[in-house]
Order: sequence, then C-alpha cells, then structure tokens
Amino acid sequence: MKVWKYGDNINTDMLFPGKYTYTCSTPIEIKPHLLEDLDPSFANAVKEGDIILAGKNFGCGSSREQPVVGLKAVGIKAVVAESYARIFYRSSINQGLLLIECPQAVKAYSDGDNISLDLEGGKINISRKIFSFPKLPKEILAISKAGGLLEYTREKLKKKK
Amino acid sequence: MAMTFAEKILAKYANKKSVIPGEIVTVHPDHLLTHDNTAAIIQKISKELDEYGIFSRQLPIIVLDHVIPAASEKTALNHKNIRDFVKKHRIKHFFDVGNGVCHQIVVEKGLALPGKLLLGSDSHTCSYGAIAAFSSGIDRTESAALMLTGETWLKVPQTIKMELNGKLAKGVYSKDLILYIIGKISASGANYCSVEFHGDVEQFSVEDRFTIANMGVEMGAKNAVFMVDDVTRKYLNYLKVDPSSYNAVYPDINAEYQEKLSYDLTKISPQVSCPHTVDNVKPVSEIEGLEIQQCLIGTCTNGRISDLQIAANLLRGKKVHPDIRLIVLPASKQIFEDALQNGIIETLVKAGGVILPPGCGPCLGAHQGVLAPGERCLSTANRNFKGRMGCKDAEIYLASPATVAASAIHGKITDPRREMKK
Ligand code: SF4
Repeated sequence: MKVWKYGDNINTDMLFPGKYTYTCSTPIEIKPHLLEDLDPSFANAVKEGDIILAGKNFGCGSSREQPVVGLKAVGIKAVVAESYARIFYRSSINQGLLLIECPQAVKAYSDGDNISLDLEGGKINISRKIFSFPKLPKEILAISKAGGLLEYTREKLKKKK
Repeated sequence: MAMTFAEKILAKYANKKSVIPGEIVTVHPDHLLTHDNTAAIIQKISKELDEYGIFSRQLPIIVLDHVIPAASEKTALNHKNIRDFVKKHRIKHFFDVGNGVCHQIVVEKGLALPGKLLLGSDSHTCSYGAIAAFSSGIDRTESAALMLTGETWLKVPQTIKMELNGKLAKGVYSKDLILYIIGKISASGANYCSVEFHGDVEQFSVEDRFTIANMGVEMGAKNAVFMVDDVTRKYLNYLKVDPSSYNAVYPDINAEYQEKLSYDLTKISPQVSCPHTVDNVKPVSEIEGLEIQQCLIGTCTNGRISDLQIAANLLRGKKVHPDIRLIVLPASKQIFEDALQNGIIETLVKAGGVILPPGCGPCLGAHQGVLAPGERCLSTANRNFKGRMGCKDAEIYLASPATVAASAIHGKITDPRREMKK
C-alpha cells in the first residue's frame, strides 16, 4: 500500500484536466489523465488499496465527476485530508470513494509512516499513533459499501418493493 | 440549545430537537431543482424510473434555461427528452424555453419560501437565501437518487455571521458589496459554512439580497441567508404568497458562530472582479480606463428589473460606444414583460443594446455572445473563470449593472458615479 501525499487547494483541474471533460467519461478513458498536471507518475503507479493524503480544500473548483470516478476506479482506498470542497465531498460519497477529514492525522504523517484505517471505529493508525475522525453515520457507510449512491438507491428501492 | 439558522432548519427537517455542526442528518427537501442537465440525470436512472416512477411529481422543479433556444441537434434532443419525461411523470413544476433562468423562476414563482429546504443540481442554488430559505447545490448523481427516493443526507455546517454596518453610498450596489466581501474572505473563505447576513440589511431589497446570496458559493459557502423581515414579507405579499404557507426561522441570540465578521458599508466603492478568479477583486478606480469589447447585463446574479432599470437610467438618450457590443438578457419572462411595459427595453435598444431571450445566454460559454481570443468582457455574472464564456484566451471582469452600463458608454471600464454626476 502506498501513500500519495499532496498539499493544499488541490483543484479538480489538477486531478483531471478540464480539456478532457467532454471527451472522457468512462473509467478507462479517465485513468491515463488522472492527476496528470499534479503528479505524472500517479496514473501508472497507483495500485488498488493506496491512500491519498492531502491538505486543505481538496477537490475545489468545478463540480465535474471525473476525478472522483477515476480515483474510485483505480482502487484508492481512501483520501485523508485536512478539509474538502463540499461538492467534491458529496460527489465522492455518491461514487463510493471514501473521504476522511482528519487534520491531525495529516499533520502527524511523515514519509514512510504506515497507515491503517478502522472505518467502523472511526480511527486512523499512523505508525502506532491513533487519531479519531468523526464516524460517518450508518447511512453514509452504507452508501460506500453499496458501491455508490445509485447502487445504494437501487438496493433501497428493491427492499421497499 | 441555542442554534444558528442552518442548525434550526436542518434540525427541523431531520425531525430532531437540535443538531450540532458536523452531524449528518437525513432530510426530505421541499424541492429539487434541475435544468438542462435533467437529460443526463434521468438517463442515469431510466430503468428505475420505468420500474418505480418518481418519488413525487411535486418535488422536481425543471427549468430549461442553459442553452435556449436549442443551439444544436444534441441540445434539442436533450430538451425533447426532458419534455417527454415531464409529460410521462406529470411533473408539476416545469418551465420550458423562454421562461427564464432557473434560480429566478424558483423565487419568482414562490417555490422557495422562508424556512423551506431546497436542493438543486446547480451550484448557484444557494440564491434562495435571499428569501430566507435554506438552499444548496448538489451533483447530478445525487439529483438522480432524489428523483427516486425524495431523500438525501446533509452535514450540519458551521456558521459565519456577517454584520453589515452603515449604508452603501450612491452608485454602490449589493453586487459591489458581495464582490468586496469575496475579495476579503477569498474563494474558499466560507468553505462548508452557512453564512448569515445581519446588521443594516433593511436597505437591501429582495433583489439585492438575491445578488448577494447567489454569490455565496463563490466563497465556498453551503448556503447564504438573509432573515425574514418587512422587506421579505412585502415581497412575498407582492407575489401573493399566503403568510400561513411559511414559517420564518431565526437564529437564537446566543447561537454559536465559527466566526463573526463585520463590514463598514460606508467605505465600499464600486468593485470589479478581475480574471481569472472571483476573489481577485479591485476597486474600479484601480483599473478604470481598461478597454473592453463586450458588456453583458443579465444572468441569475443581476438580470432583474431593478438591474435593468439602473442600466436604462444611465443609458437613456445615450449611445453605447461604437467598439462595444452590449448584450442584455432579462432573467425571466416576467421581468422582460415588465421591462417592455415601462420602457426599459426601448431605452436599452435605442442605446444600442442587443436583447437576448430570458435564460443563461452567454454566461456559460455554450452559445450567444461567445468571446474571441484577446477580447475582454465586463459582465454582471458571477464567475470569471478562464474559458467561462467559451474562450480560454479571453478575459472576463465582473461588476454591478451600473458599472457595466457606464463602461458600455465609454468603451472602457468606468466608475458609474462619473455618469451619475453629469
Ligand atoms: S445564469 Fe449563469 S450562473 Fe446563473 S444558472 Fe445560468 S449559467 Fe449558472
């Protein structure tokens, strides 16, 4: 598992350049351009289960869904940041990409530290230092477990029937 | 427990006694706004719509406004699919091409009322804080789910209290005020937060408040709100809204705020937001004389009757500079009719303005009034991002209708107070 660390104000253009917005929409089309203008090594080297660590206001800018769809598709386990821009935050939950807001953990991390996540317990373990983040309510955990809001909604509708 | 406006509304919609910032609640909004993007939204859930139908035919408000009349076969087909959907599911609140910009329609038709909760797949849904509703933007996927289930979750935001002190000087408007505030607080200064406006707000009409609330998202806010007062009540009366159909919600006196900011309005002069971020704000005096090629008066930010009236007052009996294209678009059909009736349109056309149909027009760069490389546009809209008006090598400056009208006369950015003195 690798930890990809970035700074403050990472906007959606850095995560997925605007020039591809109307030509790429499927995960296969999106993947080669993920983080293209921020970290050219990312798209080739990222592996399922990796974590992104970032500063303040992650995902600011446009409301395009591609960065979220792309990060989810390459298997990013979670983004841990000091804060997020709100439409990006919601979009991530809707696509089933896990975002954790925990400024203390971001500040405590230094290169090479191990990170493990206890999602149900709301804890991050960084080389044996433990930080809590507000637990997401069951409903939102259920959305990520279902694989995103549309899948979650489909299940909900089936149950109601 | 003492609560802010946002906390009270979210507690109410979550059926709880109280909520605290950071808490996540499940809510059923009163309405869901979607526009031309309804086509993409319903496509995501076409199977489910066939199987389960929509949650409620009263929930959606659908307004065709972004690319109207259709600019291509693709946009025409989108519109057609939306009309079919509206018919099939007997959607109650549908406004076809020509009715106006979605946010204006929501307020004008009395669909946003004090104390109500509205969500919309458009970032400027925050506009209805002008009428003391709680409203916020969401993405298309979430709108799709709302169409099916009528519910979603919201995180209770922290609240910033902004105290507005003193009166704005002549020639300075609510647009100048909100540009000034965004310049100070930055484009992410109110991230996640609910913003409450207090203080000397009785000087602002609901239209002025609309301009301010509309730009809440340009400082990252979740919603931005003015509380119900006589100004609100008078406006709702004029819309013939029955006072028993809404409940005013006020923050508690000892509510806890993340931050309290105050602004001395007497010190604010006309402002301009410069390329390519909305928070790059300067007083007009710093860039007066900069040549421009296009002027735009309209959009959900400043396309209301008072905005057009201000422009007409400045342009009456004058001509737009020969190097300027002045584009005017009323924010709704109602506003267009009113402006026709009281001679505003005639004044603007005689001065050299080109009138576009009520809608978003050039604001999003899809059609009508797209800029060429190297050109500058002075606009009353809310965003000046690179490429926003269809060309990444053009520049967009944002200002009040008065500044735009005065600048249209001179062909360069001009302090409107110069024109007023004459
Ligand atoms: S007028 Fe502009 S900002 Fe307002 S809804 Fe239309 S495109 Fe968006």
